[in-house]
Amino acid sequence: MPDLSVIWLTLKLATIVTLILLTLATPLAWWLSQTQSKLKPIVGSLCTLPMVLPPTVLGFYLLLLLGPNSPIGQFSIFIGLGSLPFSFLGIAIACAVHTLPFVVQPLQNAFAAFGKRPLEVAATLRASPFETFYLVALPLAKPGFFTAAIMGFCHTIGEFGVVLMIGGNIPGQTRVLSVEIYNHVEAMEYEQAHWLAGGMILVSFIGLLFIYCINYQTKKQFNINTQPKDKHDKRLVATNRQIA
Amino acid sequence: MNQINATFKIERPNFNLDINLDLPIQGVSALFGPSGSGKTTCLRAMAGLEKLPNSYFAIGGTVWQDSQKGIFVPPHQREIGYVFQEASLFAHLNVRENLNFGYRRIAATAKKIHFNTICHLLALTSLLDRAPTSLSGGERQRVAIARALLTSPKLLLMDEPLSALDHALKSEVLPYLEELHQALSIPIIYVSHSANEVARLADYIAIIDRGRLVQSGALSKVMLDCNAGHIFNGQRSCLFYTVVSAYQDKYLTELIANNIRFLVPKIEVEVNSTVRCQINAKDVSLCLSRPVDTSICNILAVTISCIEETNISGDSIITLEVAPQQYLLANISNSSIQRLQLAIGIKLWAQIKSVVIL
Repeated sequence: MPDLSVIWLTLKLATIVTLILLTLATPLAWWLSQTQSKLKPIVGSLCTLPMVLPPTVLGFYLLLLLGPNSPIGQFSIFIGLGSLPFSFLGIAIACAVHTLPFVVQPLQNAFAAFGKRPLEVAATLRASPFETFYLVALPLAKPGFFTAAIMGFCHTIGEFGVVLMIGGNIPGQTRVLSVEIYNHVEAMEYEQAHWLAGGMILVSFIGLLFIYCINYQTKKQFNINTQPKDKHDKRLVATNRQIA
Repeated sequence: MNQINATFKIERPNFNLDINLDLPIQGVSALFGPSGSGKTTCLRAMAGLEKLPNSYFAIGGTVWQDSQKGIFVPPHQREIGYVFQEASLFAHLNVRENLNFGYRRIAATAKKIHFNTICHLLALTSLLDRAPTSLSGGERQRVAIARALLTSPKLLLMDEPLSALDHALKSEVLPYLEELHQALSIPIIYVSHSANEVARLADYIAIIDRGRLVQSGALSKVMLDCNAGHIFNGQRSCLFYTVVSAYQDKYLTELIANNIRFLVPKIEVEVNSTVRCQINAKDVSLCLSRPVDTSICNILAVTISCIEETNISGDSIITLEVAPQQYLLANISNSSIQRLQLAIGIKLWAQIKSVVIL
């Protein structure tokens, strides 16, 4: 049987990272979808960068950025959170950075998918910009939130390189599923490796299946005007690209 | 200041807009022109959806934009209703929730138009629990109109609300628009490129072309103008606002406008309701003496007030005064004009072959 504490730690990590990211990525994705600022390409590229960088590059710089000699590391020690590298908090931050694009992109696509029209309609019906965001944009982007949450969760569960770079291999602290599978394979414990690896395939498959079902349902439900039709298709394509 | 005043200016590489509009604060004003002429931009600027530089917009003394003084009231603080080209209902809300979206944001004391009234007027009562996807195009557009009206707006802006509908659906929605026009005293600015819709709905017209105001005025006046011909597809016609006075028999209805009497085939409205009639210049012929042995019912004594040649060679349009400030147009060939020696001031008889009930 696999070590349950490893599974528990992984789930805890993925849940926390997903929650942090949904909070941070929502305003970010909203801004990216609405702004006409010249900063948009820069911010957009920065948000996507973690997706294309090798985890070792990201891990290396995060290690320097979070290390005890850096301002962030010193601040963390100062407020009593302790040293970040080789701690649970450290890998949570690192995973959040690495997973950010996987959460921002579906949200941004979802916000862009319904176009400006519903927002304009809301404004002519006396809704303030905040009410428009809360009562129109968020509900219309709901499927995007499911996608973002599932992508964020699954990507964090599958995190390996960054965790190894920042967190190492400390039981109960930073030893997550993917690291444990590596340990088992190294130790030729193929049976344990099978349990964990097979389980991950199953969980990831169910997650993605869920996303596809939601996208299909939404397409059917929201397919009123001719305009959003192809945009919803775009959302599916975007999801495809992220999975690939 | 009982007017709507608008000045809009844009200078873009491929689009210039420089328009000064003074529209009445009652009835339906049509912004009419070909696509790309800037009508929709004007309407969006009125709503505040478009923030144009060097522009001004005020309704009845309330200023919503004055670039010189740095005033720009954002759209959600303007008391407008806006009906878009596509119904644009919120897909995540049902019909009732769509209607309530703006309605519940209005203070109880400011509510002049009530939920049940408008549902009844636009026949929405049976649709309230339906999802927007399950509605037909015409039903959706009716919901969108009701949703805009439920904010009790000072001004209703409509951007070609019928253009996304096919002919059958158009004729489904048009009667509702006419009823609104009569039942509610909200000024409406109606963007359209359909001469038909304009003739049917508008009281006032502003013709826009390539970002400039070409002509504006009361529709019945503008239609008499010789420049107006090209707007109505080359077909000249005139308008009469009539009242149903009596039903002569099973098949005939009598209409009265300024003591002018028309007999038309039976129409299904009550006595004393107003009916708008259009008379095409091609359907009017002239006689020097009062015709007696004719099948035509509508014969009016008229005076020639103007003769102008049309673009079509061999034809002229004759403007005939029927009563003070009430004119009729007749399309007559030049050879007939010479033969009958028609000239300004001559009194004669006009025979009207058909009257279009709008």
